[in-house]
Amino acid sequence: MDARILEELRAIVGDRGLVSSPEELHTYECDGLVHFRVLPRAVLLPTSAEQVQCIVRICHRERIPFVARGSGTGLSGGATPVENGIVICLVRMNRILEVDFPNARVLVEPGVLNLDVTARIQHNEFFYAPDPSSQTVCTIGGNVAENAGGAHCLKYGFTTTHVLGLEVVLPDGSLVHLGGKTLDAPGYDLAGVFVGSEGTLGIATKIILRIVKRPECVRTLLAAFDSTNEAGAAVSGIIAEGMLPSAIEMMDHLAIQAAEAAVHANYPDCGGLLLVELDGPLAEVESLMTDVNGICRSNGAWEIRIAQSEAERALIWKGRKSAFAAMGRISSNYIVQDGVIPRTALPQVMGEIQRLSQEAGLRVANVFHAGDGNLHPLVLYDRRLPGQQEAAETLSARILELCIEAGGSITGEHGVGVDKKKMMSKMFAEPDLLTMQRVRCAFDPQQLSNPTKIFPTPRLCGETPGEYTPHPLESSGLAERF
Amino acid sequence: MDATTHSQKAVLRPSLGHRLMSLLGPEHVHPASATDVLAGVQPQLVILPGSEADLAEALRLISEAGLSIIPRGGGTKLGWGNSPSCAHIILSMARLNEITEHAWADLTVSVGAGCTIQMLQETLARHGQRLALDPLWPAKATVGGVLSTNDSGALRLRFGALRDLVIGVTLALPDGTLASSGGKVVKNVAGYDLPKLATGAFGTLGVITRAVFRLHPLPRNARSFSIRAKETEKAWHLIHAIQNSKLAHTALQARFENEAAPIVDVLFEATDVGLDAQEAHLKELAEAASLTAASPEIWNERQNLWSLAKPESAAIAKISILPAEMDKSATAIAKSAKVRQLRFKAVLQATGIGFLKLEGDPENLRLSLQDLREQFESNSGSLVILHRPDGMAPIDAWGNAGGALPLMKAVKKQLDPGNTLNPGRFVGGI
Repeated sequence: MDARILEELRAIVGDRGLVSSPEELHTYECDGLVHFRVLPRAVLLPTSAEQVQCIVRICHRERIPFVARGSGTGLSGGATPVENGIVICLVRMNRILEVDFPNARVLVEPGVLNLDVTARIQHNEFFYAPDPSSQTVCTIGGNVAENAGGAHCLKYGFTTTHVLGLEVVLPDGSLVHLGGKTLDAPGYDLAGVFVGSEGTLGIATKIILRIVKRPECVRTLLAAFDSTNEAGAAVSGIIAEGMLPSAIEMMDHLAIQAAEAAVHANYPDCGGLLLVELDGPLAEVESLMTDVNGICRSNGAWEIRIAQSEAERALIWKGRKSAFAAMGRISSNYIVQDGVIPRTALPQVMGEIQRLSQEAGLRVANVFHAGDGNLHPLVLYDRRLPGQQEAAETLSARILELCIEAGGSITGEHGVGVDKKKMMSKMFAEPDLLTMQRVRCAFDPQQLSNPTKIFPTPRLCGETPGEYTPHPLESSGLAERF
Repeated sequence: MDATTHSQKAVLRPSLGHRLMSLLGPEHVHPASATDVLAGVQPQLVILPGSEADLAEALRLISEAGLSIIPRGGGTKLGWGNSPSCAHIILSMARLNEITEHAWADLTVSVGAGCTIQMLQETLARHGQRLALDPLWPAKATVGGVLSTNDSGALRLRFGALRDLVIGVTLALPDGTLASSGGKVVKNVAGYDLPKLATGAFGTLGVITRAVFRLHPLPRNARSFSIRAKETEKAWHLIHAIQNSKLAHTALQARFENEAAPIVDVLFEATDVGLDAQEAHLKELAEAASLTAASPEIWNERQNLWSLAKPESAAIAKISILPAEMDKSATAIAKSAKVRQLRFKAVLQATGIGFLKLEGDPENLRLSLQDLREQFESNSGSLVILHRPDGMAPIDAWGNAGGALPLMKAVKKQLDPGNTLNPGRFVGGI
């Protein structure tokens, strides 16, 4: 990058806000998808929306692609830098600006950590519902980009359910407000489109969140089955009874082993473990818990435990939430997959995953958000063995095809990023993808905001609105346009 | 829109009529009658496509001919929004009404946009399920119309609005594109969330041909209660106390009119044991004497606002305010009605969404709507006019669309560059 532009950027954020030495830039060369690495030209750490605007205006003028980033915990490469581009890292914009209990709203900057929102409001019996497993380190801005989910979205909904309004720096540097503190603002629901757009429509600089009152009681049940199929049948039984638990999670034997090794969650040693959480008024929850217990027993559960204390409950969740990282205990390398199937296809898809796993000679551990059919198969491999990484990638991609064939999705909460671009054409037809890109063209006609993500074949936007802005060299008379 | 300005006088050439007839079958193309008039504008033709592909092709032909299209479901909310700048062809969704797949074990349904809400709910109920939504006039209102107008009722407090229930849509665009987004599973972040873009877009971006919804089980049991507060402030305190309690109520609304103190309605859906416990808790919060078991009919009070004795001297508006400002807003409504000498009736939901009927002299109605809109807008809210009398001087249905209007226009330009769909009916002239 031209030294002149670098100096211009430095003038915006100061020395502390600019990272440009190659050794420091390596920190930002990837996100949680570590095998995709691109070294950015520079990393900017702005502290205000005005600074973000100034940076983006320069990018717009100079046609420099930019990638917004929070903590970099994303698993699909949504924050992977772009060749010749810059990274705008928002972690220093981490203030909770306003807590409004009467209206159950919180106004935050994008760099605020997910769990810090709840930490700030829990004294008043409120919580922020979306709870991705990385919630101790991931940022709200990143959650917005990816429309992050979590175990409790079965009942409470996803990030998009809880984002009411956004302040956004558009890819030309202008500032707009989408949605707001009240519901149904007149006009298109552009906040709804922005959430989950993986940073391709602009950069959120303020976010209005909806917060939720804590339920009177929470009960967590753990049930041990011989197989995931039996556990799956119990899930169907619970749903058929008309219940909507706040979470239903499932782990297979390998995942249980890993979690035990890592955090000693004291899980029963079984083929399929089910975790069911109910919340609400005490009498209601206790009555339904009896039903859940009965359904689990009648589907073959041979051990059922209900957490007797908050500490016990926390330990159960710790085992589940550290399941991905726990794989490190049983395998040197692993791929985290994220696919969705209609829940009823679970036995068939699980059978097929098992068959493919045996065929490839690779172990697959399974962790599911079973209530909504969101699978997280973890493909274990050893990079040192020739051919294993490729075999693992092939197997992982094949699992996604199974999800599509079953009528599901290639991602339930991790996003498309760079990782699953190619799979998009398997899930969507060309006109579907072109229509999405027409929306993109309205926000970002020059395709500067996180380009090369989501879409397998970028579409050029028909026309570039706005007047021609002369290059500074032209204005100063040093160059001319023919 | 500046791009293309249609003229209502644009001629519908016989060749287009013939092409539409050969595409859709002659029995599904007929001249519009006086009953098809829309806000004083007489359309020329009504078409009824029988498949998504035919519909998309018809859109392309009409759009290429430079004519405008008004999509129509049950026709219950055609008067909402601004009057169209022109309306050549009515696109009836009546034949695209099939429930293609009720995957009850997966709690999803895929349904044609022309299906009525009642038909859908009856089908879902066979497996003990529902679309957890209580829109207006379910017997006639269709899936596409309810989505396009973003119409939700009191259940929104617990289950969210359409944006939280729709998980997939197929859109037909004026250039003939048929595009699906979202999917058939509840949890899905692949690609842009266009179901949300289409929701509440008033059919100005594309015609919704099909939708996929997440479903909820029918409640095991339900009980409704009404509490008549002795003083106005007590009603608002009670709503605040309920919202701030550990009750798991499904709906909560306040009804009020000129002189009377507000009535607070609460709905619980739970098991019998759970209902008993919550009823007891509610009694503690309310003054027991004023609490009565209520008929489920109270949840139709929103719809009852439209029972107009004199449509020529009544206006209805949807308002959106901060939930904690219900008291202030109610005072503002009462004050404005008094100053302008109007009768009023309002249903305010705990989400901050409310519906207001004003009755009286049309000019006073207009002034009152303007006063209230200003007050709500200055406090991050809005007021959208749903019904206004014919004799009323022009007033924009939507109010201020805010700083994102240029971006909204850019989205419109991308998807409907010729301004074919519902021209002029949406915010900011879209």
